[in-house]
Amino acid sequence: MKLSVNDVSVAIGGTPILHDVSLSVAPGEFVGLIGPNGSGKSTLLRTIYRSVKPSSGSVLLGDADVWTISARSAARRTAAVLQNSPTPPGLTVQEVAALGRTPHKGMFDRETAEDHEIVVDALTRTGMLGYADRIYGSLSGGERQRVLLARALAQQPELLVLDEPTNHLDIRARFELLDLVHTVGVTTLAVLHDLDLAARSCDRLVVLEAGRVVASGPVLEALTPEVLSDVFGVTAVTERHEDGIVRVTYGARPLARAS
Amino acid sequence: MTTQVRELPVVRKAKPAARPAPLHGVPLSVCLLVLGALLVLAILVAAAVGSVSVSVGDSWRIVWAHLTGSSPGVNRAYDQIVWNFRIPRVLLAALCGAGLAVAGVVLQALVSNPLADPFILGVSAGGSVGAVVVMALGAGALGGLGVSGAAFLGAMVAVALVFLLGQQRGRLNPVRLVLAGVAISYVFSSITSFLQLQTEPNNMRQIMFWLLGSVSGAHWSQLQVAGIVVVAVTVLLTLYGRQLNALVTGDESATALGIDVKRLRILLIVLTSLLAGVLIAVAGGIGFVGLMVPHLVRLAFGVDHRRLLPLAALVGAIYLVIVDLLSRTVDPPNELPLNILTALFGAPFFIWLMRRDRSLANS
Repeated sequence: MKLSVNDVSVAIGGTPILHDVSLSVAPGEFVGLIGPNGSGKSTLLRTIYRSVKPSSGSVLLGDADVWTISARSAARRTAAVLQNSPTPPGLTVQEVAALGRTPHKGMFDRETAEDHEIVVDALTRTGMLGYADRIYGSLSGGERQRVLLARALAQQPELLVLDEPTNHLDIRARFELLDLVHTVGVTTLAVLHDLDLAARSCDRLVVLEAGRVVASGPVLEALTPEVLSDVFGVTAVTERHEDGIVRVTYGARPLARAS
Repeated sequence: MTTQVRELPVVRKAKPAARPAPLHGVPLSVCLLVLGALLVLAILVAAAVGSVSVSVGDSWRIVWAHLTGSSPGVNRAYDQIVWNFRIPRVLLAALCGAGLAVAGVVLQALVSNPLADPFILGVSAGGSVGAVVVMALGAGALGGLGVSGAAFLGAMVAVALVFLLGQQRGRLNPVRLVLAGVAISYVFSSITSFLQLQTEPNNMRQIMFWLLGSVSGAHWSQLQVAGIVVVAVTVLLTLYGRQLNALVTGDESATALGIDVKRLRILLIVLTSLLAGVLIAVAGGIGFVGLMVPHLVRLAFGVDHRRLLPLAALVGAIYLVIVDLLSRTVDPPNELPLNILTALFGAPFFIWLMRRDRSLANS
């Protein structure tokens, strides 16, 4: 389902964080949100999964304004995989994934066979079914992220937002996770830190700097040498290689100002 | 790029507690049935044993007769002792154990701190001030309120203060809540200490006994309020089990799962404070149960709150019935306050469990 963020501004405790941010993600698209630390990427995601209310502007998912529908019905459409979540001691992989059913269940609803199937299916798609009875906290970083992705899939979302899903993962686990998100095929907006990873796996990129969108579009158009230099402060080029993959190549002295 | 995802060839360090709790797979209904039966048995045994002992069978006959309105066919004096003195006391112990364990489970989730107990938000310190004011200065001091009423009032005042201090930018901040709870508890404790020093020596024993927790004064009339509050709050909180499960995965994550975290926190504080406040009013500051039983039940049955809450209620009830039985039988004819035994009896067992299972250290 199409996500449109329209002129969203956010101020937290009087400090402005986002200024008139607009972006859209078409159904089935994988859009990367990049920018230096403190540029407002996570805050933007928070306005989408309904954690921080924009002071102006709107977040639309399809025709519905995320902030006018209830928190529960919003969570039935949007699932989030977040960084820095505390590890709940003792929950099994199955239980963590089953939390994805929360927005679909009222207080008196019990888990049905259908819920169970949805959770098993989510675990199967993320390759974690064999780990169902393991304690979540005892898994490796990559495995945990997959379980959180399974939880998100169990929400049966129309939009997936990911906040630095590859953070702290080793290189193989990073590729595997992004591959997995692609395979899943849900409309995705992901904050990514690793520019090369973002360049090769996203359909489009949105670049944030100091709470404003400074570039957006297909990878090669958004991540130009100028943007890399002005926004990220590194000398680098983005180009499509012969194998069809877009890669970011950093200069010999990445910290030298690009001319 | 392959779309087939293979397992990471990672060499793992030995990871203890990768398996769920031993009784994690046992259906809730079975656990409830077994623990429920154990609780009934514990209640009957506790009602039978004392300075005048009757058989467990007689104790059962007496209870059954009163429940059905038939004649027990047992000596009337025994009937008096069991039904009018012991059963209310044992039931009050059970209610306190259940309520404190439930409050402990919820508060540990609420402030995401394994050291939280039902009194972390100042309920105990506030309740003590209320009770001690009445015991030291007489019933006139608080407009005729009795010890229970005063304790409840004090508990609610303390929680309200902690609640106000625990807010940050309109949100309840768990760390601030805990710190505010500790600070307010110290303030109230110092008032309690001051009052104790001021009071006449012959009030001291009563005060000490109350502060250390006791169900010895139980009578049927007290049980109604405590019973309704404990059962209703436990059922209600169990209905919030799914939301509690989401809450322990973090505020942001719970929000993304469609939970109004701010509202949930307020609701949980109100319910647990009511629970702890009512129990402190009838039985004083019984410690340790609300801290230990939640962990014990998690280690044995897993951490899903929909299981954890009803099971903790039963285990807490059984535990306190046994502790109360010990408190009046280990040193006859003296009675010990419950706090002396809850910790003495419970801590070594808990330490053993903790060392056996490393999921606590893992988190």
